[in-house]
Amino acid sequence: MESAVTLKKVLRTSLLLLAGLLAVSAVSLLCGPAETGMLSKIREGLTGGHLPAFVLTPEEKTILFSLRLPRIVFAGLVGASLSTAGVLFQALLRNPLADPYILGISGGSALGAIVGIFAGLGSLPLGIPVPAFLGAAVTVFLVLAAGGSKRGFSSGTLLLAGVIVNAFFSALIMLSLALSSHADLQKITFWLMGNLSLAGYSEAMLTALVLTAGFAVAVLNARSINLMSLGEETALHLGVSVGRIRILLLLSGSLLTSVAVAFSGTIGFVGLIIPHLMRMLLGADHRLLLPASLLFGASFLIAADTLARTLVPDMDLPVGVVTALCGSPYFLYLLRKGRFSSWSS
Amino acid sequence: MVVLNIEDIHFRYEAAGWVLRGLSCAVEKGEFLGILGPNGSGKTTLLRLCNGTLSPHQGTVTVSGTDIRKIPRKALSRTMAFVAQDSPEPPPFTVSECVLMGRAPHLGRLQFERERDFAVARHAMEVTGTLSLASRSMNDLSGGEKKRAHIARALAQEPQILFLDESTAHLDMKHTAAVFDLLKGLNRRENLTVLAVTHDINTAALYCDRLLLLNRGRLHAQGCPQEVLTEANIREVFETPVTIGRNPETGLPQVSLLPEGLSDQRKPVKAGAAPQL
Repeated sequence: MESAVTLKKVLRTSLLLLAGLLAVSAVSLLCGPAETGMLSKIREGLTGGHLPAFVLTPEEKTILFSLRLPRIVFAGLVGASLSTAGVLFQALLRNPLADPYILGISGGSALGAIVGIFAGLGSLPLGIPVPAFLGAAVTVFLVLAAGGSKRGFSSGTLLLAGVIVNAFFSALIMLSLALSSHADLQKITFWLMGNLSLAGYSEAMLTALVLTAGFAVAVLNARSINLMSLGEETALHLGVSVGRIRILLLLSGSLLTSVAVAFSGTIGFVGLIIPHLMRMLLGADHRLLLPASLLFGASFLIAADTLARTLVPDMDLPVGVVTALCGSPYFLYLLRKGRFSSWSS
Repeated sequence: MVVLNIEDIHFRYEAAGWVLRGLSCAVEKGEFLGILGPNGSGKTTLLRLCNGTLSPHQGTVTVSGTDIRKIPRKALSRTMAFVAQDSPEPPPFTVSECVLMGRAPHLGRLQFERERDFAVARHAMEVTGTLSLASRSMNDLSGGEKKRAHIARALAQEPQILFLDESTAHLDMKHTAAVFDLLKGLNRRENLTVLAVTHDINTAALYCDRLLLLNRGRLHAQGCPQEVLTEANIREVFETPVTIGRNPETGLPQVSLLPEGLSDQRKPVKAGAAPQL
């Protein structure tokens, strides 16, 4: 009974993780190849009683606030969206292997992006995100239509439909890669690997809007998510309108993923590992798991993106590569230590 | 007082034939009712119609005089609780977290559990003997422990009617007795109405006040164990030769199978001897 999740515990954990998020963001803001003297300059300025804004040159301010800050904000929002979607899909499909792309969103959005690139929209503003989002949306409806029946959605059917749709789209992606020109090929590969460098404040705004809505829906139904994990019939007898809440949450998770993917490509691993990590540390109660995953997911992707842009001098590594390179060994290490049963208890 | 009244219900799953064909039954408050019948006779479907999981195609189910379809889901789950036959492996909730979930029907959407909720959950864990398991993960429990934890969760709902579907399937003798003793105790002390679907005829005979014997979607017999568990009834419904003995302590009927050689020496039962309905 002592382990029960209380409002106090949720707030305390969230504040702690928020502090961590701010710290990671601050460090990330000051990390980069452009200059090395900035940090000492700010330190000198602060000890001398001046705010950073007064000791930096205009170029330095541009680097900090027009290049790095929007990217950090955007990375945080994408990390938060993917982690939240990961929590939702793992709970709704009752499958610890579920991630935000499980319903085929990765394949659908990639195909959309490729169509955009082929159509020469790549240079237009939102020329790739819009077709990518449309591709994701079409896929979700396809999978939900194929996997659902009058009696609702069975997890198994949905998973299978997602896998099949993804396989079909993968084949189409391979086909288009084989047919594409060298220049297009590079653009496509770049997009497929996941990248946060393309987005600015307006993309961040839109992502923030969707994240707020999706997260609100999730948190309002956090207890119902808990109850549904005991089985649908049991949840029904605890007063949950299982069918309605299930479709609402599936759509929320899909929207969160689709928007994140449309702007940043398919960044893997975040939506899979963060929910597991948080569940291992904090338990399975979604009233705590949801805010914790949101905040930690944001910190994680900001940290990964900082590595992506600083690890190799003069080169922006795809952040998806970094998340998988850092995440996989750690995941395996936890697995080896036996900290993960199928549900990471 | 009748807490649950079923009147002439018919039900079928999509495309399949009728599972229940005109079944009526009234359940008194504080009754311990056992629902028996062969596989596919409609036991679980009957339970699901009684607790509002399914709606009958024809006929009505009323709870304390109100049509069950008119009672909101959440209000209904403050009146009745259900322990499913088996539940999927959930994420690693602890036993106490799982039992506290039984308080959900009593809480607002964003409301956290209050002192009283903790007290009710603690009491439910005490009577089910799961308090010592409180901080264990549900997934680490044995079958019997898990079943008791789910019963504790159902009791935390503070229901007037408790439905159980095969609550002692896969449990050994000790755990079967523990579960039924627990249910009987709650039934006697707190006047809890219990409806239990079971294949365990002999245990049902020992614990239930009344038995319903279902056959092909109809009520074949009902009444106290002595009335229902007769050689003729069991032969007819289960199409299996049996002999009825008595429990030496209670005198309640106990059904034993008759292996082939033995049953041949008695009255042979031909295939198809059961009456066609």
